[in-house]
This record gives sequence, structure tokens and C-alpha cells, in this order.
Amino acid sequence: MTTFDYAPALESRSIVTIDPSYGHFVNGRFIEGKNHFASINPSNEEVLSQIALAGSADVDLAVKAARGAYEITWSVMPGRERGKYLYRIARIMQERAREFAVLETLDNGKPIRESRDIDIPLAAAHFFYHAGWADKLDYVGLGQSPRPHGVAGQIIPWNFPLLMLAWKVAPALAAGNTVVLKPAESTSLTALLFAQVCQQAELPAGVVNIITGNGSTGALLVDHPGVDKIAFTGSTEVGKAIARAIAPTKKKATLELGGKAANIIFDDAPIDEAVEGIVNGIFFNQGHVCCAGSRLLLQENIAEQTIEALKVRMAKIRVGNPLDKNTDLGAINSAEQLSKIESLSASGDDEGVHRWSPPCELPAKGYWFPPTIFTGVTQANRIAREEIFGPVLSILTFRTPAEAIEKANNTPYGLSAGIWSEKGSRILWAAQQLRAGVIWANTFNKFDPASPFGGYKESGWGREGGRHGLSAYLLSNENGEEK
Amino acid sequence: MSERIEVKKTYKLFIGGAFPRSESGRTYEIFAPDGSFIANPSLASRKDLRDAVVAARAAHAGWTAATAYNRGQILYRIAEMLEGRADQFAREIASLEGINEQDALQEVHSAIDQWVWYAGWSDKLSSIAGSTNQVSGPFYNFTIPEAMGVVAAIAPESPSLLGLVNAIAPIIVSGNTTIVLASTRSPLPAITFAEVLATSDLPHGVINILTGNKSELTPWFASHMDINGLDISGLEDSQMVNDVKIAGADNLKRIHSFHESASPQRILSFMEAKTIWHPIGI
Repeated sequence: MTTFDYAPALESRSIVTIDPSYGHFVNGRFIEGKNHFASINPSNEEVLSQIALAGSADVDLAVKAARGAYEITWSVMPGRERGKYLYRIARIMQERAREFAVLETLDNGKPIRESRDIDIPLAAAHFFYHAGWADKLDYVGLGQSPRPHGVAGQIIPWNFPLLMLAWKVAPALAAGNTVVLKPAESTSLTALLFAQVCQQAELPAGVVNIITGNGSTGALLVDHPGVDKIAFTGSTEVGKAIARAIAPTKKKATLELGGKAANIIFDDAPIDEAVEGIVNGIFFNQGHVCCAGSRLLLQENIAEQTIEALKVRMAKIRVGNPLDKNTDLGAINSAEQLSKIESLSASGDDEGVHRWSPPCELPAKGYWFPPTIFTGVTQANRIAREEIFGPVLSILTFRTPAEAIEKANNTPYGLSAGIWSEKGSRILWAAQQLRAGVIWANTFNKFDPASPFGGYKESGWGREGGRHGLSAYLLSNENGEEK
Repeated sequence: MSERIEVKKTYKLFIGGAFPRSESGRTYEIFAPDGSFIANPSLASRKDLRDAVVAARAAHAGWTAATAYNRGQILYRIAEMLEGRADQFAREIASLEGINEQDALQEVHSAIDQWVWYAGWSDKLSSIAGSTNQVSGPFYNFTIPEAMGVVAAIAPESPSLLGLVNAIAPIIVSGNTTIVLASTRSPLPAITFAEVLATSDLPHGVINILTGNKSELTPWFASHMDINGLDISGLEDSQMVNDVKIAGADNLKRIHSFHESASPQRILSFMEAKTIWHPIGI
């Protein structure tokens, strides 16, 4: 029988130069770092570089640089001029997009198709969008002449390294803040390449400072008295620790935390499109997505046919070398994350839930997990309650729309949700009932700099993106200011 | 002819539209500045708070689903009822706070006007805080502000009525339901206010009012896992503020306190932005 297998289509990595080790980027230049640790390619465990672990002296230096730049340069520069720097950064990121994409895929393990088509273009778009805001802050909705906070301490996760950097840095700079950014321990390389972009853009020294390290570095940054505003994306557990840490201070925080999104398929939904949405919802970026559609809610009368169609579709998911342009599902970002996914999945087995994965060959080296679904899941199962942050879907059913909403909202999280139906009024009704900050109707996992993103309840504080996100980096001079 | 003996009022809590005593059976004494006895209001307990949260949560679905026009009318109706009782409030405030009745009446008028100001916001919030977002793709994308759920408040010690109004009105006008802890020293106008609410078409449980000891109850407000937001404008002790923020982190409560009394920001701080995407196509 003739088969139509894909030939390998590897993206060349020759466009990328990785130094054997890096320091920190402080006050416009790279400085020596200490206590280096390895950053590895999770798809083959190759050591890519040695990353410095910032201690209190490094954090202090970076915060002081940011404070100096804030007072001398950035806060007094007209918005029009600030904006031009952001435009420059956006353009340089576009110019070097391929380099960023390959580096992101090497460091993170995500498919090149996603880093090339989503992460990097969106990151550049965030800078371009916010560049235009820099001289229009009077129109954000906070009254005339809103003020920046000062120095923003920003801590980002490993799932979308450069994109999360852009979500944090672009609005902060547009609003007139200076920043100290700490990328995630396992994915620092694109942030360090971004430091070079800042140099090429001739961004004034100290406006952006990048220090690498682990959670201890993040805690030092949160606790530093010279930081005025914290922006964090990561786990709900760490988000709560940050909320406690800043309680006795004047620091403000935005927190983008975990999720356990429901993706609801009503019986009138176009099943083939919904299946694409389910796959995109949970297998995009290996499921390392806080807003992943990790709880599939199927109306009972279409459950069987939808699961069958989903299985057929899942058998077509190509798992493997992230640099291959045909790869759909890349590597799990770290050994630690892989063991978390494995242990939560095992809890599903232990609780008697049925697990299924398509036949799929996983590479021998690196960290891999097959696309997986659990059927017959109940709301009490751990896999229906806890964020797995991997390519693992829990499938539940419902009979009535009211039951769907009740199940969807039965979680301490409230980041996102999906609705699939051909009936407009039902979509709008469900969107109204769902307690989540982002609702995707007949689509899923769409992001845009103009679109506010963020959650209800324990999914965090505040929004990122759009006018709502920008306002989190500004203080009003008018009534209603908080004590 | 003998002097007429006044019929005095029993001041109780306001939970779920009813006026129960504290389940604990406790009361505390309120004295006028000259030392004369005024009343024995309820000293609410943690259990009373929990009952009030249950009532507020149960009321939320209906209140948030009511049209903004309807909520605005009910709030305005409350102002009408307040106006009718202005003199009663003024006498109560004057006796409790030791100010003259003229000044007390001034406070009552300010409170009523403030309430009306907030009432008018009900159907304008999406206009000022919502947006349609120009995303780069064939999607209709819009953001609307939405009530957060159950939002509690610690009202300031004084002004007792105006402080209460500033706490409650911005929370409920958007569709939240609330539990408010009244001024500990001057709790009586809050209970009289509850009598206004009981005659104003306000659905039961939308506003619940507790009287009691601030330092005893505040930690339970902070740690309650079914309270989504908390206005602590009425807390003065900075240690207590810290403790509230730390305990509130357990469910990431939105905790705010405000300088200003009349501001849409007070409303919006207790709303969530919801963004909805839908494809555009044939």
C-alpha cells in the first residue's frame, strides 16, 4: 500500500550562536555571573549553555540600575520618544525572528512551527502595539497624566519564554516604568538574546535589566525594597506566596496564574471543527499553557462520536524533533515537569479512569509524553481538578447546558473556557455564565496584544494586553486612588 | 398626665433579608458620648459571617442577572426610602457621634446623594470599562466588565452612615452581593439602613449587614474562601491590614482600600474583565 509519510524537514540551527556561558544584563551591558547551571535542550538533553544564578548582590545591582534609568532617563523622556524605542525593538525582533524561533525551540522544546508562527511574531506584535500607546497614556482611562509605578520586577515562566517577556516588558516600558526581568530557570536564552536587541535598539542603559536564576532569584526580586511593582506569570502556589510577601509593602502586583479550563462542546457544534479546537486547546505547546482546554465537557448524546473522531485525529499528531517543521507536539520542557505529568496521569490510573494514547514512538533521549486522553472522568478525580500542564485531556460529559456551566465553573481557577455551538444565543448565554477571564467561542487558544488576558478567582490578579493590561502599569492621579 | 414611655428598638443583624439576633446570643453596649446608654446591638460571630456569606452567594446569580436598569432602579428606590427617614438617621447619628443634628443631617444628605450617584452607574460600566479589541485576525473580540461575586467590606468607624454607603454602593451596583461589617462604635445607622433595604425591593441576601467587633471579625472576613473581594477602607491598624492581605492570599482575594468616596474606580476594582472571542466567517 502506498503511504504518504512526511520526509524529515529540519529547520537549520546554524542561524543561532549560543555562547558557552552567560552573565546578567545590567545597565546596558553583560556582567559576569556566578554559580552557573546548565540550560539544556529538552528534546535531546544536550547542554546548550551555562546560565548564571543571580544572588542578592546581582539583584540589587539590577534594581539600582533600573531605578537610576527610571529617574534620569525613562520617566522624563516624552512618550513619543519612548515609543520609538519600542518600535525599534519590535522591528529588530522581526528582523531576527528566525534566529529567535530556532533558539526558542532549542531551549524550550516547542515545535519550530509554533515558535516561528506564534511565539515570535506575537512577541514582536506586543512591542509594536505598546509602542503606539507610549504617547497616548491620557486615553488609557485613568484620567490625565497617569504615572508609572517606577521599577517593575517581572518574573516569567518557561512555556512561552520570549512571548511572556514581551507581555511583561512592552507595556511596562510604554507606561514609563523600567524593568528587572527574570526569565525561567530552564529557558533563559531568548531573554538573553533580547538583551542584545535592546543594545541594537540603543535603549538607554538600565531601562531593561535581565537577571537569570531560579525561584530564589525571583524571591529576592519580589522582596527587594527598590521594586515598586511585581508582574508574575507562573503557578498559583507561587502567586499566593508573592501576594503574602508583598502584603506589608506598598508594592502592586499583577499575577497570571494557573487554570483548568473547560472546553464545552454542545450537541449542535460542528464536530470536525470542534475536534480541531479540542486538539489545539490541549496539545498546543505540549499542553504547557495556563489557559489550556484541559477539561473537555461533551454533551452526552455526542460524546461517543466526538471521542472517536478525536482519537482518529490524535493518531495524526506528529510527535518528535521540535526542529522538524512537520512536528505538532514537541518535548516536555524539563525532567521535573515530565515527572509531574507522569505522576498526575498515574493518579488517573489509580483512581480507575480510562487512559488512551495513540500509538506513537517517542524519541529515546529527552523528555517526552504522548498525547493522552482520559475518558469517564468525574469532577472528583485529581486529573479533573489539578493543573497538569501537559498534553493530557480529561473528558467529562453533561446532559443540559446548566450542568455544563456548573461543571465548568466547579474549580478554584477561572482563566479561560471554550464554547462550541452553532447557536449564537447559546454561545452568548454560556459566555455570560462562565466565570473565566477569556472565553473562546468556536475557537481556542487565540492571543493578541490588543486582547486582555487574565483570570478570575485563583487564576490571578489583573489583565495583560489591551487597554486593561496597560493600565496595570500606571497609577491614576485622579479620584479613587487606593490608599 | 403621665409622660409617654418611648417604644425602643431592638437592633439586630441583617442576613438574607431577615433580622436575626447573633447566633451566639451576644450583644454589646452602645453609649452616647455623654455616657448614657443607647442600645444593645448584636455582637456578630464568625458563624453569623458564614451565614451571611451563604446568603450573599445564593443571591449573586439573580442579582448579577438582573438588568442594569433594574439594579439602578432598585438602588434609586433605596435612596427614596433613605430620604423619607433622613431625620431619623440624623437623630441617631447625632446621639451616637456627639455632633449636632444639623451636621448629622448634612451627613445623611451626603450619603443619600452619594447613593444616587452610584445608582446611576449601573448601566454605564461597560461603556467606560469595556472595549472591542482590534485583534489581527478574523475575530470579533470584546471585553466586558463583570461583577466579581461576593465582595465584603469593613466600613469605617465614622462617618457611620456615609462610610457605610461608600462601602456598599460601589460593590453592589455592578451585580456583586455583599456582607458589610458596620462601624463598631456607631452601628445603629447601619441597622436602620437595613430597615430601609427591607422596604426597597432589594432581593434578599444582596446586602447583609453585621454589627460587632472589628478586630474579632476581620480575620474571618480575610480567610473566608467564598469571599472574592474585600474593601478594607475601614481598617486603620496597619498590622491588621497586613494580616488581612496575608490571609486573603489563600484564595487570592482582591483586597482594596480607597481614599476617595465617589469614584468609578471603586466599582471597577471589584469587577473582572471578561474577554470573548468569536470567529468571523460565512
